[in-house]
Amino acid sequence: MAADHAVNTVLPDEPEKATLEGKNKVLGFWLFLGGETVLFGTLFATFIALRDQVNGGPSAQELFDMKIVAWATFLLLTSSLTSVFATMALHKHNLKAVQGWLVITVLLGLGFLGLEIYEFYHYVHEELGMTTSAFSSSFYTLVGFHGGHVAFGICWITGLIIQSMKKGLTVVTAPKFYVAGLYWHFIDVVWVFIFTVVYLMGMIGGKAVA
Amino acid sequence: MSDHTSHAPNRSGLWDWLTTVDHKKIGILYLIAGGFFFILGGVEAMLIRLQLIYPEAKFVAAGTFNELITMHGTTMIFLAVMPVIFGLMNAIVPLQIGARDVAFPFVNALGFWLAALGGLLLNTSWFLGGAPDVGWTAYATLSSNHKFSTLGTDFYVLGLQIAGLGTLIGGINFLVTIINMRAPGMTFMRMPLFTWSSFVTSALILFAFPALTVGLVFLMFDRIFGANFFNPDAGGNIVIWEHIFWIFGHPEVYILILPAFGIISEVVSTFSKKRLFGYSSMVFATILIGFLGFMVWAHHMFTTGLGPIANTLFGIATMLIAVPTGIKIFNWLLTLWGGHIRFTTANLFAVGFIPTFTIGGMTGVMLAVPPADYQYHDSYFVVAHFHYVIVGGLVFGLFAGLYYWWPKMFGKLLNETLGKWHFWTFFIGFHLTFFPQHFLGLMGMPRRVFTYLPGQNLEMGNLISSIGVIGMALGSIIFAINMVVAAKSKKAAGNDPWDARTLEWAIPSPAPEYNFAQTPLVRGLDALWTEKMAGNKGMTPAEPLGSIHMPSPSFLPFLMSLGLFVAGYGFIYAGQWGTYIVAIAGIAFTLLCMLLRSLYDDHGYHIEPDEIEEKGVKA
Repeated sequence: MAADHAVNTVLPDEPEKATLEGKNKVLGFWLFLGGETVLFGTLFATFIALRDQVNGGPSAQELFDMKIVAWATFLLLTSSLTSVFATMALHKHNLKAVQGWLVITVLLGLGFLGLEIYEFYHYVHEELGMTTSAFSSSFYTLVGFHGGHVAFGICWITGLIIQSMKKGLTVVTAPKFYVAGLYWHFIDVVWVFIFTVVYLMGMIGGKAVA
Repeated sequence: MSDHTSHAPNRSGLWDWLTTVDHKKIGILYLIAGGFFFILGGVEAMLIRLQLIYPEAKFVAAGTFNELITMHGTTMIFLAVMPVIFGLMNAIVPLQIGARDVAFPFVNALGFWLAALGGLLLNTSWFLGGAPDVGWTAYATLSSNHKFSTLGTDFYVLGLQIAGLGTLIGGINFLVTIINMRAPGMTFMRMPLFTWSSFVTSALILFAFPALTVGLVFLMFDRIFGANFFNPDAGGNIVIWEHIFWIFGHPEVYILILPAFGIISEVVSTFSKKRLFGYSSMVFATILIGFLGFMVWAHHMFTTGLGPIANTLFGIATMLIAVPTGIKIFNWLLTLWGGHIRFTTANLFAVGFIPTFTIGGMTGVMLAVPPADYQYHDSYFVVAHFHYVIVGGLVFGLFAGLYYWWPKMFGKLLNETLGKWHFWTFFIGFHLTFFPQHFLGLMGMPRRVFTYLPGQNLEMGNLISSIGVIGMALGSIIFAINMVVAAKSKKAAGNDPWDARTLEWAIPSPAPEYNFAQTPLVRGLDALWTEKMAGNKGMTPAEPLGSIHMPSPSFLPFLMSLGLFVAGYGFIYAGQWGTYIVAIAGIAFTLLCMLLRSLYDDHGYHIEPDEIEEKGVKA
């Protein structure tokens, strides 16, 4: 009756929801993402309220280099696709494919993170520090929180790939893959909003130097 | 890492409590922590009332007074009543829905240790340069600028951040438990009201606490990294803090009061020997209060200057909450109506709750009128109002719940004679303390002042108010004595000492670690009462007797919390030490524990039917 007996038998169609533990994990994670939505919602609201307060420092229009941001967006959106392929492979019980797609996802995530670090480095050299203005504080906090989520996701998924080499695909490991996929999608959706609200609106809207 | 560890782990004493993942033991841990902080907050309250006993008293200095009011509010709300609520939820909700466990036993333990260590971190500030002194609402720029506030505020930020994380994951745990783990036949519309209110409260926690998390992050970044969220000189905006704090803070008061509503519903129904009047309207009202709770935060900010349109909308939304709350009040009255009422201590607290809470609700509607609020704002009228709802509402409810469920948690009944002394001293003391404060406020006494002048007609009210504290202190001491008396008593409570209605009373007291030897089949609202009325001795099992899977105990929740606890000090003292190494080490340690949790799967152990029968005979 317990999960461990199922290890040696044939995996069910949706292995992530085959046990009560798995069902709980998936539902609990959806709820957690609901809380995360409030978290990012609050960060966005604050950013929107403060984005024109440049305090004599550089403004969004002066700073943003859309070429880097476009590449970062391309990498992250693609990684979302590859994480879907991993979940699809999970449903086909193909561990090798799961691992392969997740490795690509992690690499794309690393590329995104590298570009973001370069971008922040570049802005700091353009005299935009955490303490420069209310705009800079809210910008670094919002985008930095997202970057932190990406970094955590990379470590998490890497950990899952490594442990799956030993444990294989079971009703215990399947929910872990599935939930990590949900997480990766979520941070991807958050990025779509950051791209729109922070970067696109920053380029077209807002006042020039106050 | 073997796949089969079928024997039960043998742990005892302190090690057992540090590693337990049993929701009933975690419930007791929550009660201990909540009780400890309740005493701290109570002593702070007594010192506040001592200082205000007569005009220009000099018992405590003005600065200390500010620390006392800040810590009294913060301690009571975050560290005293929240843990007691979680304690009762842990002890009772899984039993009420016929579950063997919560959905995430490990996360449940983690939630407790985070909350306990976060509270401890906050309170160590007393010994480390002074407690926070910026009010429990910590308005910027008072709280964000080092010129106006001390290191104590950093303790506030980090302590609440850690405790808040614990509460958030605790809320998720209960949502999933209630959605996924109900026994066969336990439909949503058959769930007892305490489970319903725990469910809605958990949903509020899920959507309210992340806002506090972000607010505290902003405050921390302003204080520690020199960010400018609340620094008007660099374009920051202090009203953002007010919004974020109350977007969290208003749902928080419903997070507190809804479980009390649930407890009152259970107690009133049991001790009237009647089905709860208007069950479905009670469920509807609970959900509606939870929903409206998110729509009214700006009524704390009427005097901030948001403009007449915003004030009107938020004022009307606030008054709307009186409708579902009124539905509840009338349903309780109609449950009592014509019932076979027994005035046990639990029911005394429940019956005392109804008029007291109604007074608090009525002053709430008065405060919801923006032009009138301009007069009441920041006066003792507000202090009287929120103590009527939080003490006269929530704390009465919690006492009712403790007397009601004590036998289920500990197997012994609390003494009824002492209980009645507890009720009357506390009840009279409470009204003596807070009723005069309405008038003090209307006469113009502002809150948060450390003294007042003679000859302004404030003497009498303050004196009576301070005397009333003796009654509440006496009541609390009697309650403490009662716990000792109950622990020493040899008389076992039995499964069902109150002739009650819901599932938790169908199993032995205290509940065995697996709760239900066989998952029960629920055949109606008030599951146990349904069986009693059908002439059955107990619940009908929904499954044959079989081996029961249990989660293994773990030390990791404590260690994870310890990592963040240390990291908290690392951030607080980063400026003085000139390094973030401690903060980074603490967080790294927590992440390492998380990695270990991921790598080593817990396969748990099994309790076999013969062991269940052995234990069953004993009980």
